[in-house]
Amino acid sequence: MDLTLTDEQKLIGEAANSFIADQYSFEARRAIVASDAGFSREIWADFASLGWLGLAIREEFGGSGADAVTLGILMEALGRGLVVEPYLATAVVAAKLIDGLGSKDQRKALLEVIAEGKSIIAFAHVEDANVPLPRDIETMACSDGDQWRISGQKCLVFSAPWADTLLVTARASDDPHDRSSIRVFVVSASASGIRTSPYLLLDGSRAANIAFDNAPATLLGRNENAAGEIDAVSDLAIAALCFEAIGCMQALLDDTIAYTKTRIQFGKPIAANQVLRHRMASMAVQLEEARASALRAALMATDAPERRARAASGAKLKVGRAGRFISEQAVQLHGAMGVTDELNVGAYFKRLMAIETMFGSPDMHLRNHARAWQGAKRTR
Amino acid sequence: MDLGFSRDELAFRDEVREFIAQHLTEMAKRGQSLTAASTTEPDVFKSWHAALYRRGWVAPYWPKEYGGPGWTPAQRYIFESESARAGAPRLSPFGIQMVGPVLMKYGSGWQKEYYLPRILSGEDLWCQGYSEPGAGSDLASLSTRATRDGDHYVVNGSKIWTTHAHFANRMFALVRTANTPKRQEGISFLLVDMNSAGVSTRPIITIGGDHECNQVFLDDVLVPVRDRVGEENKGWTYAKYLLEFERGAGFRAARLRRQLSTLYDLVRRKKNSPPRGDFSERFSEIEIDIDALEFIELKLLSTIQSGGSPGATSSVLKLRGTQIYQSITRLGIDLIGYNALIWEPRRPLYEIGGDAVLPDEELAILAMHLDGRAHTIFGGAAEIQHEIIAKRLLDL
Repeated sequence: MDLTLTDEQKLIGEAANSFIADQYSFEARRAIVASDAGFSREIWADFASLGWLGLAIREEFGGSGADAVTLGILMEALGRGLVVEPYLATAVVAAKLIDGLGSKDQRKALLEVIAEGKSIIAFAHVEDANVPLPRDIETMACSDGDQWRISGQKCLVFSAPWADTLLVTARASDDPHDRSSIRVFVVSASASGIRTSPYLLLDGSRAANIAFDNAPATLLGRNENAAGEIDAVSDLAIAALCFEAIGCMQALLDDTIAYTKTRIQFGKPIAANQVLRHRMASMAVQLEEARASALRAALMATDAPERRARAASGAKLKVGRAGRFISEQAVQLHGAMGVTDELNVGAYFKRLMAIETMFGSPDMHLRNHARAWQGAKRTR
Repeated sequence: MDLGFSRDELAFRDEVREFIAQHLTEMAKRGQSLTAASTTEPDVFKSWHAALYRRGWVAPYWPKEYGGPGWTPAQRYIFESESARAGAPRLSPFGIQMVGPVLMKYGSGWQKEYYLPRILSGEDLWCQGYSEPGAGSDLASLSTRATRDGDHYVVNGSKIWTTHAHFANRMFALVRTANTPKRQEGISFLLVDMNSAGVSTRPIITIGGDHECNQVFLDDVLVPVRDRVGEENKGWTYAKYLLEFERGAGFRAARLRRQLSTLYDLVRRKKNSPPRGDFSERFSEIEIDIDALEFIELKLLSTIQSGGSPGATSSVLKLRGTQIYQSITRLGIDLIGYNALIWEPRRPLYEIGGDAVLPDEELAILAMHLDGRAHTIFGGAAEIQHEIIAKRLLDL
């Protein structure tokens, strides 16, 4: 057991924080979000040259093979910067799915271009807005020799408007509840039979609904059950997302402390009031617990499925609850200014709302976590 | 970072398990499980303390030079987790966890040589003379006086909420030795022999029916000057150092996990008369809280290991650990339904044979819940912890 950061991890944290401070100020981000593209190709190229896009990719495919904690340290900095570029979708989710499922040739072909920043890949998985971690998949895949064709509807595909390639989940059998028939397919975003309806999300990032009508697709890896790998990548993504939330929460707490120390009312800084001091102490306590949960989930990201999933659910619950409390209190303590679009407080608030929902709400994860206690359940 | 155990650590875990299997008696386990108060009575922990002493495992946090085992954080974690999981009694914290670390850091050569071995052997049992009738959360307002008279201090005043003063033969006490404008600067840290003339105690019974606390009266009690720790009027510094360890060191999480799983066992056993409703999400919420707390503890342990002090993180642990404890006792009450109305007047509970109205596994639940309300009050109330976090962690 060892809970100290390695030198490499410390370096990545420092590099990421200084990059965000220098290149991704609130004003710079505002301009990026307001641009036609909605993200910055220059920033993406910087991420590639800094080696960040290959962090989760093994060395033999052009990455550095970092672990989930290292990934988390970078995500925390991206959270602080409210980075909209599709890091999670491409460099974490897509890279890990390709690494876990793809053939050697596919890994080589797809991972190297991710690490180099030449390809943006989105994961088209969700089909019902109320089911963020679907177990059953309606989208169908039919094989036509070596070529596959897929048909179905996906929604809330994060970062899809920027993607050149999609990873799409589809079912290779007629039984809608047959989880073992779930496969992941590689589909070109410009292929025939695809209709993409892009839109904005509340945090300034972008997503799309995508309809597939006999779209040509390539199977990722072998014709075998991909559900287990999708679960593993989802749990890793949850850990990464939790670290991003930590970055947002820390920034909100820092800003709130600084603001309440300088805002004078009734002849003294409002931070002199005990009711505010204790509120901020509560924010700090929740942040500390959230941070511990996120780190725990990252360290357990390669554990056996049940342990890993429970750690991820626990983190999603703690981080989700803390994110809601801290962001609401940050707005409250900033007073009317907190409700304006002029401060970044509101931007953090919105990103934390998005994170709370993505990959399953705290309530959903609590229900999932509670299944292991169901022996205790004797409902009447 | 790595959560896994090495081959050596796994071997150590087996060693601990074997030790527990050999030395932890059913009586000691029952005594701990029927302890509702926060501090376990000597009759319950005696045999376990003696076994640990023979093995050199009494004080997992002490360095080797003072008779500790010199364990790594991982070894401490393993030891505490295994002991808690097995339901081992808690040893008295006042010597091992509180005054011990203070003596190691600030005590004289004589004090270290004399007192530390007696803490380890269990020969001395300590209590904590901090709070007074007029000084609770505002500890620095304490008024027990110590007046220098040659080689002695003459101590007069009263201490309150003194846990196990009725068992202890020693008390570490904060006393006023000077009237300074800044109240913290006139306090000294004395080691008092409870058998001295002029020391008397009065029991205080809790709402849970337990005799854990006392009021201690000090009337012209003579304390040799050599039993003053560190410098005169610098006692506040030592007191704060002690409080950090009282609040921060140790593994609350392991104990909380044990308490939660005990409740789960209770539910499983009650198949013929199960609790109404679905409690699984409440079990999960508490478990997730414990997981987070345990992780903060593990990180803090690494800090202490590399020479740091617990600092304000100890307040986070104290605050959340006690809140989680209370959520467990509340769950216990809700799980046993009407049985939570039944009051057992006899104490100690572990001395009651088979003639109680409630079975053993439900016998302590009500008293635990009632006594448990004290957890967010003693050792610095929850509100004081918020204040410390605001001041020291957030620089507010």
